[in-house]
Amino acid sequence: MIKHLLISAAIVTASFATASAETVRWARAGDSITMDPHAQNEGPTHTLSHQIYDTLLHRDMAGAIIPSLATEWAALSDNPNVWRFTLRKGVVFHDGSDFTSEDVVFSLNRAMADGSEMKELLSSVKEVRAVDSHIVDVETNGANPLLINNLTNMFMMDKGWSEDNKVTTPHDVAKGETNFATMNTNGTGAFMLVSRAVDEKTILKANPNYWGKDIYPNQVTEIIYTPIQSSATRVAALLSGEVDIIQDVPVQDLGRVSASADLQLATAAQNRVIFFGLDTVNGPTANLKVRQAMNIAINRDSIKKIVMRGQSDPTGVIMPPFVNGWTEALNQHPQYDLNKAKALMKDAGYSNGFDIVLNCPNDRYVNDESICQAAVGMMAKIGITVTLDAKPKAQHFPIAKGGEADFYMLGWGVPTFDSHYIFNYLVHSQTNDRGSWNPTGYSNADVDAMIVSLESETDLTKRDDTIAKIWAAVQVAQMYLPIHNQVLNWGMRKDIMFDVQPEDTPLFQFLTFK
Amino acid sequence: MERFFRSDFFYHFRHAPVAIVSFVTIILIILAAIFANFIAPTNPFDPASLNLMNGFTPPLEANEFTGERFLLGTDDQGRDLFSTILYGLRISLFVGLMAVLLAMVMGVLLGLIAGFLGGWIDSVIMRFADIQMTFPSILVAMLIYGVARGILPPEVRYEMSIVVLIISIGLSEWVPFARTVRGSTLVEKEKEYVTAAKMIGLTRQQIMLRHILPNVLSPVLVIATITFALAIIAEATLSFLGVGVPSTKPSLGTLIRIGQDFLFSGEWWILLFPALTLLALALSINLFGDWLRDILNPKLK
Amino acid sequence: MTFIILNRLFQAVLVLLFVALISFLIFRFVGNPVENLMGQEATLAQRAALEEALGLNDPIHIQYFDFLWKAVRFDFGNSYRGALPVAELIASRLPATLELALTSALFAVIFGVFMGIYTAINRGSVITNFILSSSLIGVSLPTFLIGILLIWLFSVELNWLPSFGRGEVVDLGWWKTGFLSESGLKSLVLPAITLGLYQMTLIMRLTRSEMLEVLRQDYIRLARALGLTNKAVYFFHALPNILIPVITIGGLQLGSVIAFAIITETVFQWPGVGLLFINAVYFVDIPVMSAYLLLVGFAFVLINLIVDLSYFFIDPRLRDSELKDEA
Repeated sequence: MIKHLLISAAIVTASFATASAETVRWARAGDSITMDPHAQNEGPTHTLSHQIYDTLLHRDMAGAIIPSLATEWAALSDNPNVWRFTLRKGVVFHDGSDFTSEDVVFSLNRAMADGSEMKELLSSVKEVRAVDSHIVDVETNGANPLLINNLTNMFMMDKGWSEDNKVTTPHDVAKGETNFATMNTNGTGAFMLVSRAVDEKTILKANPNYWGKDIYPNQVTEIIYTPIQSSATRVAALLSGEVDIIQDVPVQDLGRVSASADLQLATAAQNRVIFFGLDTVNGPTANLKVRQAMNIAINRDSIKKIVMRGQSDPTGVIMPPFVNGWTEALNQHPQYDLNKAKALMKDAGYSNGFDIVLNCPNDRYVNDESICQAAVGMMAKIGITVTLDAKPKAQHFPIAKGGEADFYMLGWGVPTFDSHYIFNYLVHSQTNDRGSWNPTGYSNADVDAMIVSLESETDLTKRDDTIAKIWAAVQVAQMYLPIHNQVLNWGMRKDIMFDVQPEDTPLFQFLTFK
Repeated sequence: MERFFRSDFFYHFRHAPVAIVSFVTIILIILAAIFANFIAPTNPFDPASLNLMNGFTPPLEANEFTGERFLLGTDDQGRDLFSTILYGLRISLFVGLMAVLLAMVMGVLLGLIAGFLGGWIDSVIMRFADIQMTFPSILVAMLIYGVARGILPPEVRYEMSIVVLIISIGLSEWVPFARTVRGSTLVEKEKEYVTAAKMIGLTRQQIMLRHILPNVLSPVLVIATITFALAIIAEATLSFLGVGVPSTKPSLGTLIRIGQDFLFSGEWWILLFPALTLLALALSINLFGDWLRDILNPKLK
Repeated sequence: MTFIILNRLFQAVLVLLFVALISFLIFRFVGNPVENLMGQEATLAQRAALEEALGLNDPIHIQYFDFLWKAVRFDFGNSYRGALPVAELIASRLPATLELALTSALFAVIFGVFMGIYTAINRGSVITNFILSSSLIGVSLPTFLIGILLIWLFSVELNWLPSFGRGEVVDLGWWKTGFLSESGLKSLVLPAITLGLYQMTLIMRLTRSEMLEVLRQDYIRLARALGLTNKAVYFFHALPNILIPVITIGGLQLGSVIAFAIITETVFQWPGVGLLFINAVYFVDIPVMSAYLLLVGFAFVLINLIVDLSYFFIDPRLRDSELKDEA
């Protein structure tokens, strides 16, 4: 009798003390903002949504586009403005209802509604139509050969469920709205939501009716996701075995993690570039020579060696290598040359230097604040006295985006893998639908026209030519000072086999255990 | 002066090793901070003099890129840690001292007024004391900080953050002074010398400041020492939370916050030396304050 | 008597209203609600409409009363992050903080009183001096540093205790407790020590000085003269007289417990209201900040009131002198 009790007690204790072999405890710095897949266009939010919801097509762990809910797609031969998608058959939502073209039409329209942050990705879309239960046509305003690149984060929701729960439009996070979809989900994805405590713990379990059951390894049966803001605590949790995988191992702890017998480090280049933006209209930075001086006063190699501990890829252009339009020539960063920089400053009439404020986030990019601090030192050497103003991303982004900063740091990922995404947000003049992240004041009508033309140019050679021209203009204008491309470091248990995904979006159906 | 050296107080001081050691430590630290620009080999607050490639050099070892050596090593931006600690001490000590002075002046005055005048003034002041105690200094600091941030432009933000720290810490520590002084004042005002002074016709201010105040000061001294230590730790905590001085001119608290990130990765000196300095300072002040309290407590004689 | 109680109550309400006023004013004027809600793309017309809808054009005192009226019904609006009702958010995080505070209070009181008595009784012994000196270290180190060092030692190096979170929590209806599971209890240890260390030191020193006082009193001498054992003297005569001031002062430390809880919860990623508040500050989540301030204010005023009033019932001398003052 006692023996039975003891054994049961032992089993109960053991089950609390260790997780089952197929549970993955996943941690990163920030939590997802909402479970509503169209309400926010943000990395960590999308990453969690990717486990629960599916898109028509997505990127695999190497970054290549593969079918997801759509099995085929092509532009119609007689009407290049229309993309036809053939949907996968036999897919069911977590609540059992069937996935059909109705749901696709509904979801895409929902993503274009007010309150959605995914609107800009569908700015070229004119109409979405269901042709039959498993075929959908998407018509664009002009022939858009790259539409599919914009659909990799475009999630599919269940029309019936949304109508039943009154979530036919996304909630507007900025307005402080909330709806049923903020905390509840009904997707087609590999995992189902079991419970969600914001900023605390989100638990997912494997979807038994997942359409990808036989396609992907699907070895993970449960995911426990905990946001841990303090990086020291996060690393401590990994080292002590309390979490199995963290996506953002701090660069100073890489050695420790890789030296640990139970852990491994997976490193890969990330599809994200870090740079400074400058005001080209007001103040000393309006002078091109000043901007050029600042550009060559940044010692990217010492930033790489000391601040990033080798975990960065210095660059001379605000474009990661994954992106269409990238060339080795563009990537070359200027030689660090203090004397030349000082001469440029003198030429510009600022041999006595000037004062400026640098706005920087302190919780978004890898070592963001440290990079900015290093920049303060570097600018001081050419006479520029920089006051560093570091803030959490929630406060920094509105300042940068709104044009209140003269000198600011920003990072940019390119989920579409094409230069147009960068141009549309960062280079085009700031208007109602475009250039929303270009507060520098740079505005060139010819360049604007070229950017728009990219959306309907079907001749890919001509298109790439235009892209090269736009880049040439950007490099001359120097409103941005590129620093480096980030490197991803995922730390995980040794018995996990998982490739680093360049979008920093782990898809747990691909994970296998040794 | 002569009288002081022959007094009972000094006698006890000379014969208490703890008091001597702690007092000397405090004085040494304060002197080091004051003369920082003579003692420190570099000026860590001048960004143009920094060389990023010096970063993360261990104590006394030669840097692999520049070959320079640093007594206590360097931090993540290449600053000499020894210099940075000295300059950072200045900030920590200045904020601590100013905050204590603010708390003391405010608390003593309010306590005197409340105790001496009594009535509704007393009630109001004591109720404010209660409200004050509702908000821990961290909350007060964040509130004041947020308000100021919204109003002032970034260029003055550095000076502003020092002022904000002093005000918020000072404002949260005046109550013990006030309560003690009020209590003592209540007792003193019943005494005969006060009645006598009133009869002569001295004004209330004169009575409060020149007659009662000297008699209620000794517990104030003890509270002041302890509050000084609290203020220094409060500044470190606020810097840790990101509400203190910015990281380009770090105080001890900021250095500890920076060092914390590197604790597990082997650059232990960035955390250890500022932490030890802070500990030595706060400990000495607390020990001295303890001794002072024991000495000045008439009941234990 | 009743007059005094009513007086106290009245003053408590005044204090509360004042706290609420501060809370309201700061958050009305610090964060700009319209900026936060609308974003850059909003037109002037949209902004004006939102201002009207939020009641921002009403006179200030009307906005204040509106704020109070809503607060009394626990309506603090929705959090800007995740857009959940603030009251619900706070209610769901409160058990974590309360359990932590309770555990740390127990730790502080038990160890503090025990060590205080020990050091008072055994003056001058080596252990006493050691305890007294190391207790000063507890007061001289910042809380966050203690937390990190504890994590480094017990989690990373020794691997005995967890470094973050609450562990397994058992759902008892609307209260999720960590007391009923092994990992829950283990997770409590380091944060409770970190949080309670300062209080423990305070209580220990207070107990010690009170004990020293009491032991000097005549009635203790009498007890000894009557031949009572040391144990009887200490526990039946000395101890009860020191407990009251110790516990009341301990209780009034609530403010600093709440402050330290913010730090402790940040370091250990403990999902309580302190961490909620810090996040609210970082993300400028004004409804949460506002509600948190009110909660803290309310709790403190309540405790103060209870302590004040209970003094009257415990110590008859106070009742008399109060009456004398009023007269």
